[in-house]
Amino acid sequence: MKKEFIIKNARVIDPSRKIDSKGDLFVSDGVFAEKVSKAAKIIDAGGLVVAPGFVDMHAHLREPGQTNKECVESASMAAAAGGFTSVLAMPNTSPAADSPSTVRLIRDIIAQKSKIKIYQSGCITVGRAGERLAPYGSLKNQGIIAITDDGSCVQSCEIMRNALVYAKMFGLLVLDHCQEYTLTASGQMHEGETSLRLGLGGWPRSAEDIIVSRDIILAHYAKCRIHLQHISSALSVDIIRQGKLRGTAVSAEATPHHLALLDSMVGNYDTNYKMCPPVRTQSDIDALIGGLADGTIDVIATDHAPHSATEKDSEFDKAPFGITGFETAFSVCHEVLVKSGALKLSKLISLMSTRPAELLGIEAGSLKPGTPADFVILNPKEKYVYNKTFSRSTNSPWWGKSLCGTVVATYVNGKSVFERK
Amino acid sequence: MKIEDFIDGVSWGRKDLTNIKDLSLREINEIFALAKLFKSSLKTDGAKLPYLKGKTVVNLFFEPSTRTRTAFEMAAHKLGADVISVASNISSSVKGETLKDTARNIEALMSDMIVVRHSSAGAAQYLADRVKIPVINAGDGAHAHPTQALLDAFTMREHFGDDISGLKVTILGDILFSRVARSNIYALDKLGAKVTLAGPSTLVPDEFKSLGVNICYDLPEAIADADVVMLLRIQHERQRANYFPSISEYASIFGLGVRRENLLKKGAIIMHPGPINRGVELDSVLADSGRSVILNQVTHGVAVRMAVMKLCMGASLKGK
Repeated sequence: MKKEFIIKNARVIDPSRKIDSKGDLFVSDGVFAEKVSKAAKIIDAGGLVVAPGFVDMHAHLREPGQTNKECVESASMAAAAGGFTSVLAMPNTSPAADSPSTVRLIRDIIAQKSKIKIYQSGCITVGRAGERLAPYGSLKNQGIIAITDDGSCVQSCEIMRNALVYAKMFGLLVLDHCQEYTLTASGQMHEGETSLRLGLGGWPRSAEDIIVSRDIILAHYAKCRIHLQHISSALSVDIIRQGKLRGTAVSAEATPHHLALLDSMVGNYDTNYKMCPPVRTQSDIDALIGGLADGTIDVIATDHAPHSATEKDSEFDKAPFGITGFETAFSVCHEVLVKSGALKLSKLISLMSTRPAELLGIEAGSLKPGTPADFVILNPKEKYVYNKTFSRSTNSPWWGKSLCGTVVATYVNGKSVFERK
Repeated sequence: MKIEDFIDGVSWGRKDLTNIKDLSLREINEIFALAKLFKSSLKTDGAKLPYLKGKTVVNLFFEPSTRTRTAFEMAAHKLGADVISVASNISSSVKGETLKDTARNIEALMSDMIVVRHSSAGAAQYLADRVKIPVINAGDGAHAHPTQALLDAFTMREHFGDDISGLKVTILGDILFSRVARSNIYALDKLGAKVTLAGPSTLVPDEFKSLGVNICYDLPEAIADADVVMLLRIQHERQRANYFPSISEYASIFGLGVRRENLLKKGAIIMHPGPINRGVELDSVLADSGRSVILNQVTHGVAVRMAVMKLCMGASLKGK
């Protein structure tokens, strides 16, 4: 007998088919269906939003090697709680995912432990050291779908050019963490009035803008694709816009924290506001939102970066960069993008689901019949305090704070993987 | 006024002194008033005062320091306290102990106050939030050096009179990396003085204007109108990082040499937090001239730190 159910009485949003209307959603044996039999179970959505499961193309799962911060299982549960049904794992584990055996090890852990669909990326260079190309062909044979040295940035233009050209042969998307090193050697936060007041080393916008420009130039001449991670600077948004106008195959992402937080919020050395690249100023936020609205910035990605309380409880310059992001992404983005009137909810769903699925070339981001039934039920109006987590870490600037907009339930292949209690 | 009577009447309520920014004008004036009483009692009678008798102060210095550490030690001795100084090279930090654990252990050893110098900006406040005993910041990274700023302003008051509002102060040198400059900017602003920052544009970024100061890259113009010229030590490592081309170029463009003394206003004084690079930022003759109040700064450093230590200890005991 088929396993069938109907989500009734929902506001169905499917950006892949430009649908945003009242309706029902049919699921049969783990895939979306045109219709189901009369025996199908009925779930009343009570007017809530039903949308394709979110796709996060930037997350740190920390396993193997740093399971004090996070593991595949805890990360997958936190992702599910945030509405994510597909996630691209960054390769900066210990060891880094730069060899076929490590990629295979991680693949096996994912197969055993993950509640959601986790895709793997490999390194651009061996050990993420920026010196020798990693074996993309062999890594692809073990299942990676993209490459990145995230957390590090290849400084050599020649190596980066070769990486783009060599990766193209295997159809692998190259993702770059854009950071010029000489300008950020002592960088602890955005270079501006707050860094000056606190006496912390500045991480200027120019360090990002330079690599963004370089990557677009390299991709332009090599006729390759490049995806630019966690864009934070207003000028970078403009440079990407120009690249797209010229026809270069560049895509880019913004994180919820770069859309919501200001450098001044570092306040008195709050290490939960320390991330790389750093959060900047209102004019950068405005430019990022403008970029999301006109398509310059293609997707929202979390850069979920768990760190233990012990690591974050230290002098600011000794604390690691990064904050968690899965569980707060929808609320934060809904607040700053939709409630503010900048974007429609269907556009936000597209940025968090349909577009990243397209960029990664994975079967997700749609409610189309015949595709896997990965979806979320959302309540944009529900308020909550963020004080429970499935993650092993709580290094979030929103920890203990009130937020609005909840993920009520998450389904992967038609099976519930999260229900809000 | 008797010191006892003054201490009985203070409104000071802080257990810690970690920066100038958070202090009110009233608090700053209270420190000055007590420092003045201590200064005259030290002059008339060098003997120890009993105000911290039975207390133990731990100097926790994770960065090298001679002047500041000695001044804090001297201040504690003059108040009758016992002092233990721990230098970073012999502390457990080299074994990987966290700052938090080091401080908690020092507290558990029944010490009564911590004086801390650390290379990380924010380290003093971080400690202050995690121990119950008073924490005095003796310099944290490029962030703050509050007792230096207080002794600098105290020295200006002793020289020009208690009201230094309207006084024109030019701070010259490596502002970007200077905790002394930052704390002085806040202190002088609260006291109504007019601050001009000068030095190479790489070390005096324009964003400092957000703190309410003037910026000037022309040395003659920057010092022409100044009542106080405060020079900061120029560090050789900045040259290595190409913030300026060479020590000789620095001395020639921004050094206060003898030939430039005629640019100074009559009655203008020269200050320096030390240690001086003689012949680089300041000519030897000027450092030892009648305009120089550099050694007064050092002496005032003891009185000001006595005042800060007594006030913070008093507030911490009141809270118990």
